[in-house]
Amino acid sequence: MLRFTLRRVLQIIPTVVVVALLIFVIFSVVPGTFAASLFADGRRAADPQMIARLNEEFGLNKPLMERFVTYVTDLAQFDLGTSFRTRQPVIDLINDRMWASLQLAIAAMVFALVISVPLGFVAALRPGSVLDTVTMIGAVSGLSMPQFWLGLLMMYLFALQLNWLPSFGYGDGSFRNLILPAVTLGVTPLALLARTTRAGVLDVLNADFIRTAHSKGMSEAKVVRWHVARNALVLIVTTVGLQFGSLIGQAVVIEKLFAWPGIGSLLVDSVASRDIPVVQGTILVIVLWFLVINTAVDLIYAAIDPRIKQE
Amino acid sequence: MLKRLTLAAMLSLGVAAGALAAGERHGGTLVFTAPYGSSFATLDVQSSPNTQEEFITQAIHRALYSWDSNQNKPVLELATSEELSEDGMVHTYHLRKNAVFHNGKPLTADDIIYSYKRIANPENAFPGASFIAVIKGAEDYIAGKAEEISGLKKIDDHTLEITYTGTINPGFPLMQNTTVIYPSNVEDESTFGKNPVGLGAFVFKEHVPGSQVVVEKFDKYYEEGRPYLDRINIVLMAEDAARDVAFRNREIDVSILGPTQYQAYQGEEGLKDHLLEVAEVYTRNIGFNPAFEPLKDKRVRQAINHAINSPLIIERLVKNKAYPASGWLPISSPAFDKDKAPYAYDPEKAKALLAEAGYADGFEFEVTASPNESWGVPIVEAILPMLKKVGITVKPKPVESSTLGEAVTTNNFQAFIWSNLSGPDPLNALRCYYSKTAQSACNYTSYASPEFDKLYEAAQQERDPAKQNDLLRQANNLVQDDAPVWFFNYNKAVMAYQPWIHGLVPNATELAIQPYDEIWIDETARSSRQ
Repeated sequence: MLRFTLRRVLQIIPTVVVVALLIFVIFSVVPGTFAASLFADGRRAADPQMIARLNEEFGLNKPLMERFVTYVTDLAQFDLGTSFRTRQPVIDLINDRMWASLQLAIAAMVFALVISVPLGFVAALRPGSVLDTVTMIGAVSGLSMPQFWLGLLMMYLFALQLNWLPSFGYGDGSFRNLILPAVTLGVTPLALLARTTRAGVLDVLNADFIRTAHSKGMSEAKVVRWHVARNALVLIVTTVGLQFGSLIGQAVVIEKLFAWPGIGSLLVDSVASRDIPVVQGTILVIVLWFLVINTAVDLIYAAIDPRIKQE
Repeated sequence: MLKRLTLAAMLSLGVAAGALAAGERHGGTLVFTAPYGSSFATLDVQSSPNTQEEFITQAIHRALYSWDSNQNKPVLELATSEELSEDGMVHTYHLRKNAVFHNGKPLTADDIIYSYKRIANPENAFPGASFIAVIKGAEDYIAGKAEEISGLKKIDDHTLEITYTGTINPGFPLMQNTTVIYPSNVEDESTFGKNPVGLGAFVFKEHVPGSQVVVEKFDKYYEEGRPYLDRINIVLMAEDAARDVAFRNREIDVSILGPTQYQAYQGEEGLKDHLLEVAEVYTRNIGFNPAFEPLKDKRVRQAINHAINSPLIIERLVKNKAYPASGWLPISSPAFDKDKAPYAYDPEKAKALLAEAGYADGFEFEVTASPNESWGVPIVEAILPMLKKVGITVKPKPVESSTLGEAVTTNNFQAFIWSNLSGPDPLNALRCYYSKTAQSACNYTSYASPEFDKLYEAAQQERDPAKQNDLLRQANNLVQDDAPVWFFNYNKAVMAYQPWIHGLVPNATELAIQPYDEIWIDETARSSRQ
């Protein structure tokens, strides 16, 4: 198990390196510079001297290769650089926002899991029933609803009409502020997980070993608990891992809509202002998050199903 | 109490929301929205040219001058009086003796000298350096050729002499967000980015990155009886739709409206009576590049102005949240010519002008445009059929907002659509048509007219404001005749506010920026604001 774990962890390194290089190349060739972005809204006249001063200060006049070497050297020392906009270390800016992003992603996933897995299970155990039909219609609706629109709908209903919850913001970090953005973000994974759970359970229910278990006289409850649940879990964990990993990236729209102070909104502002060190750092953190979650999922697989470890 | 007011009405009457208010009440919390992004880049506002940071400045900091929205001009802020030398270049300021920084340090001339040197320090590369450049010797300091700014001279603790490079109105450059005054006794300058210390009416309390800045009343503020509010939560809300819900739900006290919301709010009881409108100092336009052969001809540019039905676009697309432009200088400019009519919509005249210029069969040109709903691709799409009628084919070239500035300042366009600063200082606004201004600075259309230059130079030398404005008015009309741009509109900014809010002013430089120390909340406010 230790070798398996080590191998999975080490596989993260080359992926991070390739992603870091890709990010550098992409954001070195996209048009627009930080200095020019300062005049983008036309609220002030362009100042060529200031543009020159800023390009000089941030080393943007240097050859691409030289900048690349600096970037790689800094990265090797876990230095994500300094923000052009805030002139603060990128790592500090990400730290300031990371907790809010994690809160949102975890809350959304908990919401999705708590509802989707039991629903998917029950729907699969009673295929064709009213519950199954309603669950699957709900799942398809959840998957097809644009998050932005859903968020506005939730704001309208729960904040404006019912006045139960605040419509935006982090407030003092209270749970009430978290509910609407988390539920909005959690609807897509909820729908996907419900469908996956149903499909996974149905698949297992038709397997030979389930028939064998029944023929041995095992009760329905035991069959479900010992055989169905455990075998269906592999597919559910895979989906949870993929969804959880991508939630921080998906949260960009939700964070912007609900004025939630996560790294998604930091990324949007940084892209718009061509604050390249922050863009690079933020994307790298999101990718790293995805890789870590997926590695964790791989390790959980092995614990659930020893055959995977052997393969 | 506040009715919808146009700037023209407000200025002519000398009346503003604040002046109408009576029975000011102390206490309460204002929840103010900052709509221009999802974060404050920094709390060190000297280093930031972003509008977003001006919300912080207004609460925490003060500059030597400030913008008086009711008088529509800059006024002395940190000095009680000033004396001018005979040549008009040396200003002697008598600083306020009761102004105290939030860290307890009284304001002295040293703080102003320290701040201007920090802003102009070449190692800092701060955006405000170009404003400080109006002080004699600052150019050398910015270039690293001098140890001091020679135009700054401390007479005593409360008397400062500043020598400028010309007979300018220093109020415009020295009232900026980036030229505010910091205390000179803070050893570690990096703390300004986390714990700002200023002279403003409110003290910094808390910053939740990406969420809000909280400030609280400063008891030693120099204006007697101000501020009225105990606390302000400046919350970040970039999304129009989300802001709309929050405003209707009374979670926020003010909201800047876009065209669609403006139309909706005008039709709703309870909302329509609480809209504050102002003609801001921005001119929306399509700039023409004379290096592109057809656009070199003045008649072609005039033909384009005649071929587009601007009032129709303003009505249908911009939902009347703009005023038709009759030249470069906006309605709120002291040099605005109210007798000058905009180009009339006249396709036949446009065709005749094109034929005269040798383009009877028309031509094709490209307009570089951002996605902005009020001055971007949607507007270009609206003019396509109008110009097609006179034989001109327009091709939109969509670019991201942050790329537009680069395309324009590197002269890499045939035409561009943008919203540009055209005030409040008419002398500075028309600098963008002075032939000695570089294309990459703000003479984006490479405009060069000896007649304009003569008027502009005369205006630069003129010390009588009325005569100066008259010269600038003539220069502005010359620009209109030469049509280096399609004059589209002047932005009408609209702010919706809750009925319990008083003291808002029609700030033509940026309506979203309000003097917090003048705002007060009445007893009808919901309990969370009391």
